[in-house]
Amino acid sequence: MSTTSAAPAAVDVLALRDKAHALRRSMMEMTRGKGEGYIAQGLGIADVLAALYFSELRHDPARPDWPDRDRFLLSTGHYSIAMYAVLAEAGYLDPAELPTYGLNGSRLPMSTFDTTPGVEIVGGSLGHGLGQGVGMALGLRLDGSPARVFVELSDGELDEGSTWESAMGGATFGCDNLVALVDCNGIQADGPVTVAIEPVADKFTAFGWTTQEIDGNDMQALVDALQACRARDGRPKAIVLRTTPGCGVPSLVDRPRAHFVRVTDAEWADLMDELEASRGR
Amino acid sequence: MNHDTAVFGQTRGMGELVEVPDRVTELAPFGTELAALGAERPEIVALTADMARYSDVLPFRDAHPERFFNVGMAEQNLILTAAGLAKTGKIAYCTTYSVFVTRRAYDFVAIACAHSMADVKIFAGMPGLLNGYGATHQATEDLNMVRGIADLTVIDPCDATELRQVVRAVADIPGTVYVRLLRGNVPVELGPDYRFVPGQAALLREGSGVGVISTGYMTARALEAARRAQRDGVRAGVLHVPTIKPFDTEAVLDFAGRFDRLVVAENHKTTGGLATLVTEAMFDAGLLRPVLRVGLADEFFECGSQEYLEAKYGLDLPRMVRALVDGT
Repeated sequence: MSTTSAAPAAVDVLALRDKAHALRRSMMEMTRGKGEGYIAQGLGIADVLAALYFSELRHDPARPDWPDRDRFLLSTGHYSIAMYAVLAEAGYLDPAELPTYGLNGSRLPMSTFDTTPGVEIVGGSLGHGLGQGVGMALGLRLDGSPARVFVELSDGELDEGSTWESAMGGATFGCDNLVALVDCNGIQADGPVTVAIEPVADKFTAFGWTTQEIDGNDMQALVDALQACRARDGRPKAIVLRTTPGCGVPSLVDRPRAHFVRVTDAEWADLMDELEASRGR
Repeated sequence: MNHDTAVFGQTRGMGELVEVPDRVTELAPFGTELAALGAERPEIVALTADMARYSDVLPFRDAHPERFFNVGMAEQNLILTAAGLAKTGKIAYCTTYSVFVTRRAYDFVAIACAHSMADVKIFAGMPGLLNGYGATHQATEDLNMVRGIADLTVIDPCDATELRQVVRAVADIPGTVYVRLLRGNVPVELGPDYRFVPGQAALLREGSGVGVISTGYMTARALEAARRAQRDGVRAGVLHVPTIKPFDTEAVLDFAGRFDRLVVAENHKTTGGLATLVTEAMFDAGLLRPVLRVGLADEFFECGSQEYLEAKYGLDLPRMVRALVDGT
């Protein structure tokens, strides 16, 4: 599916929920194949990616280098499992390639590289996404392009000082074609987010951004928030997304070390049953 | 040129290359050439991190204000923003001091720029001892750092003539380029026939017995020393190596093989820069010659004027002449 017009259209929220469910299924299957992955974060951000790729982004999988495409930058490269799921669902990747996720020689490595079709930047070294988003927003504006730039970043990533340099830059240059999607899921490598980053929304507001804060697993709220970011008012936009790691698979939500999850073959079927049971929650 | 000469005049402070009465210099060859190139190529943008006055980029700002961005004292964001601009088809020229782009923004240069072959051209100001503000501002290990990054081109120009040519050449070198910037009143050493060719060393002076292999600002010093040494009957050859990476191994070995002894001169520590590259190449090829390394020791350096620092730490003309004549 691709959209080639920014004109607001009636959004089928139920269809987007189905898309998010399909993404979760893909991620579960990729995790089974590899036996491990950043599945919890991926499940948490599935609704956001579904809303972006199947409702908000102007993009065309047949032309991944279309100059006027909206850019989506996944700054947290270790969320790659979610990225590949949505790129396959949207038509950038052959779904048959997904089982190679994380395997030696795959085009779908554990952390994203910009050599994968549809991936805009090398992600994973945290604190790199927002600044590149600022640069892309400036470049598109210089070209008179209607395209916008959406940058995913995470709450743990806000520890990186470069993120705040970029937040100031985006506001200074009046990048109203820039949207930061801040995935606040409360976890990072060593466990719960520990540095005093809250209140996240207030910080972006203080830096000159127009900020919203929503439940990042509420599809209607996502659609509304993204549409509100279309205003070209001289200010960059931030959406603080409260997401639940493992969302859709209750056992993974409760898993104590959810940052990096290993799934055995024995438990995979049970987890898939949980996912199916949660559909249409 | 329509740049703000009043503001420009204020830029002459500690660390700027000083005007020498009997030598031709050019004011701000980087900025004036970039402004001219920007008029020809609309895809060129320029960025700085609060170093517009001190990196000679003001002529570009004044000629093309809509394509100029000052991100403030934020070198990580400087490099990231440049990378983003490059990824929308722009050629992003960045300026700050060498120390800040290397020591502070290294990961961003490597991953956001070089890894993606982004057209980011970094002009890194006041390398080595050309900054008198002490160790915080002296990039004495920058060549060692940046040559360790894959898919990155590294250039250390000699003078105003070469710097102007480099400004133009890098626009057509694919990917990310790191250039050591000479600013202020930059000497003109090379003749009008000189042509910078990316990746190639240039034989500037024929000689016998002793050969100098040098880069950057120290090539001017080497040429001057070779002229002085001739009074003592020493005919020193000079090979200028402006491109540190990719390294012109073939030309260096060809030159090194023609001399009994060699001097390597650089405005950088003698470890990890040109001398390391030259001696590695020679050893790999089984070409063994005595090599005297003129450069900086592995230490931090004081504040002071350019003349004071060069004399104290061994980059000045008497040091170079001694290296050629006495071999010490």
